[in-house]
Amino acid sequence: MSDAATIRFLLDGEVIEIRDVDPTRTVLQYLREDLRRKGTKEGCAEGDCGACTVVVAELAANGSDVTIKAINSCIQFLPTLDGKELMTVESLAHGDELHPVQSAMVSQHGSQCGFCTPGFIMSLYALYETNPNPGRQEIDDALSGNLCRCTGYRPIIAAANEMYSATPAPRPDRSSALKRIQRNGSLCIEHDGRRFFAPVDANELAALLTQYPEATLLAGGTDVGLWVTKRHRELETVIYTGRVSELADVRVTDTQIDIGAAATLTDAVPVIVKHYPGLDEMFRRFASPPIRNAGTLGGNVANGSPIGDSMAALMVLDATLVLRLGVVEREIAINEFYHDYMVNDLQPGEFVARIWIPLPTDGALVRSQKWSKRFDQDISGVCTAYRLVLDAGRVASFRMACAGLAATVRRAEKTEAAIVGLPWTHELIESACEKLAEDYAPISDMRASADMRLLAVQNLLRRFFAETESGDTVTVYTYGRQH
Amino acid sequence: MDASIKTSFKRQPAVGAPLPHDSAHLHVTGRASYTDDLPEPRNLLHVAVGMSSVAHAELVAMDLSKVLAAPGVVDVCIAQDIPGDNNFGPIIADDPIFATDLVQCVGQPVFAVAARTVDAARKAVRLARIDYREREAILDALTAVEKQSFVLPSETLIRGEPDAALKAAPHRLRRRVFLGGQDQFYLEGQIAMAVPQEDGCLTVYSSTQHPDEVQMMIAHATNRAAKDVTVICRRMGGAFGGKESQAALIACIAALASDKTARPCKLRLDRDDDMIMTGKRHDFVIDYDVGFDDNGLILGIDFELASRCGMSADLSGPVNDRAMFSCDNAYYLENVRILSHRCKTNTVSNTAFRGFGGPQGMFAIEYAIEDIARKLGKDPLQVRRRNFYGKDERNITHYQQRVDDNVIEEIFDRLLVSSDYEKRRREIRKFNDTSPILKRGIAMTPVKFGISFTNTLLNQAGALVHVYKDGTIQLNHGGTEMGQGLYIKVAQVVADEFQIDIDRIRITAADTSKVPNASATAASSGADMNGMAAKIAAAKIRLRLSEFAARHFSVAEAEVVFIDNRVFAGDKSLTFPELVQLAWADRVPLSATGFYKTPKINYDRTTFSGRPFFYFAYGAAVTEAVVDILTGENRTLRVDILHDCGDSLNPAIDRGQIEGGYVQGVGWLTAEELWWNDRGELGTHAPSTYKIPTCSDLAPDFRVELMQSHPNREDTIYRSKAVGEPPLMLALSAFHAIRDAIASDDCPLPDLQAPATPEAILRALLAAKHE
Repeated sequence: MSDAATIRFLLDGEVIEIRDVDPTRTVLQYLREDLRRKGTKEGCAEGDCGACTVVVAELAANGSDVTIKAINSCIQFLPTLDGKELMTVESLAHGDELHPVQSAMVSQHGSQCGFCTPGFIMSLYALYETNPNPGRQEIDDALSGNLCRCTGYRPIIAAANEMYSATPAPRPDRSSALKRIQRNGSLCIEHDGRRFFAPVDANELAALLTQYPEATLLAGGTDVGLWVTKRHRELETVIYTGRVSELADVRVTDTQIDIGAAATLTDAVPVIVKHYPGLDEMFRRFASPPIRNAGTLGGNVANGSPIGDSMAALMVLDATLVLRLGVVEREIAINEFYHDYMVNDLQPGEFVARIWIPLPTDGALVRSQKWSKRFDQDISGVCTAYRLVLDAGRVASFRMACAGLAATVRRAEKTEAAIVGLPWTHELIESACEKLAEDYAPISDMRASADMRLLAVQNLLRRFFAETESGDTVTVYTYGRQH
Repeated sequence: MDASIKTSFKRQPAVGAPLPHDSAHLHVTGRASYTDDLPEPRNLLHVAVGMSSVAHAELVAMDLSKVLAAPGVVDVCIAQDIPGDNNFGPIIADDPIFATDLVQCVGQPVFAVAARTVDAARKAVRLARIDYREREAILDALTAVEKQSFVLPSETLIRGEPDAALKAAPHRLRRRVFLGGQDQFYLEGQIAMAVPQEDGCLTVYSSTQHPDEVQMMIAHATNRAAKDVTVICRRMGGAFGGKESQAALIACIAALASDKTARPCKLRLDRDDDMIMTGKRHDFVIDYDVGFDDNGLILGIDFELASRCGMSADLSGPVNDRAMFSCDNAYYLENVRILSHRCKTNTVSNTAFRGFGGPQGMFAIEYAIEDIARKLGKDPLQVRRRNFYGKDERNITHYQQRVDDNVIEEIFDRLLVSSDYEKRRREIRKFNDTSPILKRGIAMTPVKFGISFTNTLLNQAGALVHVYKDGTIQLNHGGTEMGQGLYIKVAQVVADEFQIDIDRIRITAADTSKVPNASATAASSGADMNGMAAKIAAAKIRLRLSEFAARHFSVAEAEVVFIDNRVFAGDKSLTFPELVQLAWADRVPLSATGFYKTPKINYDRTTFSGRPFFYFAYGAAVTEAVVDILTGENRTLRVDILHDCGDSLNPAIDRGQIEGGYVQGVGWLTAEELWWNDRGELGTHAPSTYKIPTCSDLAPDFRVELMQSHPNREDTIYRSKAVGEPPLMLALSAFHAIRDAIASDDCPLPDLQAPATPEAILRALLAAKHE
């Protein structure tokens, strides 16, 4: 079998080569069922509990630096490991000598039933390797994708603080080993009539999609993974964007932030938030590090879920999507992209190539708010975004978009129209709140009831107004931390 | 040898030491084996369960031909394949393993499929064609009460003259409050692997809190005698009550599939199936009518509790009994009536969950106490103190047990000071006057929790201790390890009994072939009962060793002393292994069983009176929370806990139980919303939709103390107290801190339902506006 069909990755210093494998076999299935390497656990098979967390090291875009990320192995397909190093909970200790992360968890009583522990160890390990001195908020963030039902987290946070006090664990040179397993060309797997392609450039990606217009385009797999683990779908052809480096970059030009559709949220978000700090809370609450490490902004946009978190912000920023079909590229405003529930403007074989976000203009206030049952890693009941320009106390321009209130993420057009040109006052906001009821007719489901969704979005607008008045954005989450 | 030399051999006692969990080093390296991690027999089959998709219907027809024809499928199992009893109901036989002609909830198992891979089995179950003739479904407790649909008869407990007291009371309040259920959300889902043995025997590896019951249920279902079924559980990845009765269903299906296919079979539930198919904490509708005086003293109170039990009785009888017992929490209720309905609904049968009805009973009385205080414009703290049980008077519970170990006043006194409650409360009032959107609140709530199974006969435990020729020990008892640290605690007891280092003891898996007839590891009783049983077993062997040493070295038995891995006999001294070797050579038996039954308890279920509890565990918490009154989003800011563990067997383990219990309780009362649609389908059946607390939900300032120098008054194991369940109810302070935050002069008694999700808070605020 050809080299192009061989998945090659590193595990515990060995080069693992896999041929003729079901391309949607998950990394977790491979570890537990094929290798009988049972340390990594399945808690939910949907990337929401973190028991399956493993760490992946890969070469950065410059070809020599190594990035280290925690990911959910339960929804990662095995071929996505190609060219990377996989580390699991078994990788850390040398014989009976524990890694500092592990010994800190023992001495701080950070495990009770122990089932979530391998996942916590790996998330902590990724933190250990990437952040030499995290504060409580960074620890919370690093662990926000890991659920523990026993400890209440206090001893795990204590372990996260203690792990740096031991003699640092030696850091192997990962770069040279990784360089040795990089392939020239693409990975192309065929198994039982099913195909998996990992093209390395956009032309090849475009050509493959033209050839297989019905293919499943796989980016981070944080949604597609669930089609397999939960809905038991058999995906005939999968085309993976993760090796297309020209789609993974994030550039800032004179006028815009230009984000390749395959850039992970971990890479894209800091750049966006740097220019739009009002989006920080939303993006921090957007999933968890393992999901953000795999998931992409392009995937969130192309998937087009009505409860997706990023789109409301992209809409008020009037982002542009660059779509590509074969050799033809076209631009479309994100505000024109969604037609109906899970229906968008993409033609068969066409894909989202880039996302352009205009840079901030002076005086525009941009903010996004998320409303959910839990602060971290929860799907929004409602997610809002605003872009407001005031001129001498009057609304010069106002855009508002919401997720969770309609079949697609959508602008609040009637509300927007009703307040432009008027003085930005409490009375104006109250009339805008009434207009919101005309813009949206939400439904009731397990996340929230229709009437409370509407009240929430009205109150979120009121809250936004209060923030513009006070210049302060204190929420219950930031309040607790300043207190 | 004189005494001073002996004392130079001083060994740090194991009991009371903050030793890490015995498996901690295995947890952190991934080397701890859970049931799904055990080596698999080569011909193992994997099982998946086909569930009812409707809430209430006759099963008209079932066509499994496509299931059978699916790739990898070996066989299917239906009710007609069960040779014995089609039941896993632990108390009443109303819980079919597979539905026969009637399905009574969405998620009820109808059939199972055994296939060569997990994936093949799970894909195949979806190919079944089942025709239902639907019936009207009852989905909630209130409808069930209206239609008199009950799994068990309603019960009433009365003390005093509640009607007269209510009528005469100067103040009176009535309220209805809804209290949600809770999924256990153990990280390790339900699982069992059945492996056939020779001569019709079956060994089952089960993630269960109750191996004995799993053994019995399998025996009944498969037409075996108990002697032919062995159930083993080394550890569970969490249980919290969810693997007390529910584990038997999973294990029975694995066993039945194994018998049908004559191959080993493993059933591991997918998370969604687990949450849909297995029972949860009972949700309650609570009505109360309380009469009180100007100081907030409760003169009379009338509770009506309607709990949603689901389609069968399961453990709902004792759960609801405990809810009735717990309606006093720490308060003396002179005139009280408690009417308890055990509602039959077409939803999954609710079951045990940490606290076992206690949290719901306490929620009811704490809500009433808060209402009284708010109505009178008093600090709820004063009303709580006014109503506490007395020490020498006002100390008989409504079920006629005398409270003779009351320490709640001391706990409140200490916590009041250490938490700086009064000053912070004043400061919070000031903050709220000037903060229009963020509001803070604070509450201090007590816990008094009765320890023992209310069914007296369950309060028994057995242990088995082997001492090997090299002086090392294997320890076994009927208790199961679900993360609570039971195994290390019991090992600490045994280490001290022999005065040897704990690493000489190998803790072994719960195994019905070693200790028979063990009760569930539940009711917080694990360490109390198994610790005592193991101590008794170890003491038997130590006595034999003493007798032998006295004989061998010709000294009085009183001169034989075990210290620091050594044994002193008069002026002779030898290591523990040396003594064991000599004793073995002298044919001294080095294995013993221990048996313990909790003393003093007796209780008459028909009159709800007696002494159901050996003792009470106490604690209190102060929680401060902040709420955004525009969004209802909330967060705890500071938590102060003082909890009574008696003389703790292991303060690190106990602290872990307190912290974890508190946070789990906060999840129950603030975020963990179970949501069903109008067809009785659970919408929150995975962590994407069901939100247990994460790391960032832990209060930035979290202070936990164990009460010192308060040994248990009763003769428990080293005067310790049970700690598994009681701390969960400390979280009531978080709920009331939120309610305190959203209360205002315009609406002092907000109608806040539990869980206090952002939506529930918005609803309470909206209702307040319309008042």
